[in-house]
Amino acid sequence: MIEVKDLSKNFGDFVAVDKISFNVKAGEIFAFLGPNGAGKTTTIKMLTTLLHPTSGEIDLNGHNPVKEATEARKSFGIVFQDPSLDDELTALENMEFHGVLYNIPKVERNKRIEELLKFVELWDRRHDLAKTFSGGMKRRLEIARGLLHRPKILFLDEPTLGLDPQTRNHIWAYASKLSKDEGMTIFFTTHYMEEAEQNADRIAIIDQGKIVATGTPEDLRNQTNTPTLEEAFLSLTGKNIRDEHAGSIDQMRMRRRLWNRR
Amino acid sequence: MNAIYILWLRQLIRYFRSKSRVIGSLAQPLLFLVALGFGFGPIYSKAGGGNYIQFLVPGIVGMSIMFTAVFMGIEMIWDRQFGFLKETMVAPVSRFNIMLGRTLGGATVAALQGVLVLAISIAIGFRPSNWLFLIPAVLVMLLIALVFTTLGTAIASLLDDMQGFQLIVNFLIMPMFFLSGALFPLQGLPTAITEITYIDPLSYGVDALRNILIGTSQMSLAINLFAIVAIWLLLTGIGSYLFSKIEV
Repeated sequence: MIEVKDLSKNFGDFVAVDKISFNVKAGEIFAFLGPNGAGKTTTIKMLTTLLHPTSGEIDLNGHNPVKEATEARKSFGIVFQDPSLDDELTALENMEFHGVLYNIPKVERNKRIEELLKFVELWDRRHDLAKTFSGGMKRRLEIARGLLHRPKILFLDEPTLGLDPQTRNHIWAYASKLSKDEGMTIFFTTHYMEEAEQNADRIAIIDQGKIVATGTPEDLRNQTNTPTLEEAFLSLTGKNIRDEHAGSIDQMRMRRRLWNRR
Repeated sequence: MNAIYILWLRQLIRYFRSKSRVIGSLAQPLLFLVALGFGFGPIYSKAGGGNYIQFLVPGIVGMSIMFTAVFMGIEMIWDRQFGFLKETMVAPVSRFNIMLGRTLGGATVAALQGVLVLAISIAIGFRPSNWLFLIPAVLVMLLIALVFTTLGTAIASLLDDMQGFQLIVNFLIMPMFFLSGALFPLQGLPTAITEITYIDPLSYGVDALRNILIGTSQMSLAINLFAIVAIWLLLTGIGSYLFSKIEV
């Protein structure tokens, strides 16, 4: 479903992603793990047409995200690392806007919106502004929105960051249901190793722009002779803390978080 | 087409929901109108210029449209990292249509803001030469709004964060306002300044509004309209190129 070959992305002299290759089968839950600044988000951005690769090839549901952006875009749904809801709109309006952008006919749109909002248990709150929602509710709404156009692939970029265990369980229950019942391919990143261990069929670990290991959680544990994925991860990527370069975007992200705190 | 409509609609919904912003952005033009209008009024009429409020209102309407419109465009920086823009960028909609929808929405909001300022001006004593001309005036206001929303969007496509915003306000927006003839007639000015006023889109906008609302202007309405539309098309070309280059 996703095939990546020798994919690279340079920002000036800095090589963010360095000739990575991997593939994800249809219906698989695939975890993409790595320390801060390893190239996870850059890779997701290339897969989702937001960044142009410097070199290498991507095949997404049979489409090339660079040359057939529109077709590729129809194939996936995404939940971004940062919230991307319009806070000034209601849950229902956020869903409707998405439906119109993806050109879903009205009758069908309304039916699916009701289904999905019930699925993420937000139907009763559909007329409330997104800004009144808690972090977990926003995430659930974003997941519902990402599913509205029935994508073949769902990208989740740190979907459970900062959420309580209840919400995290909830989100993973949805995800595995989608994968089992609908055969949806799920590609996700996370810093919570136990989450990857429990939910992923296969895992790729990326460090300093290169993929250092791929396999099932069990493969990775065996390969490194460690009892848990967390230790396998540390043994593969080292124990040094990574200094992520904080650019202006990170500073703005911080300001926004402070600003929106209530 | 649907995508353009929904992006336009979104801007309007947001505008009507943020009452505090509507009121807040009316305060500045009102202050200019009252302070300058009544403050300079006596000097202006002594100098033989006539009623200063009549002269000032089209300028202040143009100013409030420009400020709102540029801000609506620049607001995209905010949206770009966190908001709806990222969501629209991964949708199967062309970049040009995304930009068009946003710009039309922002421009409609800015023009509405201009209509409000005009209504307040009428309440404090402004009289158009012919009430029917309010209709073409609104159309010109929409054109001014389109020019500056497009300009704001083009600038926002170049900037990574809001830090450059103050720079843009001080070195671009304020000069465009003060040298547009919004506050004083563009007559007998030093040559250098006169030349700047020729490349200032707001001068044409304000002059066109004056022509329609109070029947006096420096250039003919046709020249003004031609200049505004030409600048808008030029900015749309530049803006859509810059917008297509954005990598989120």
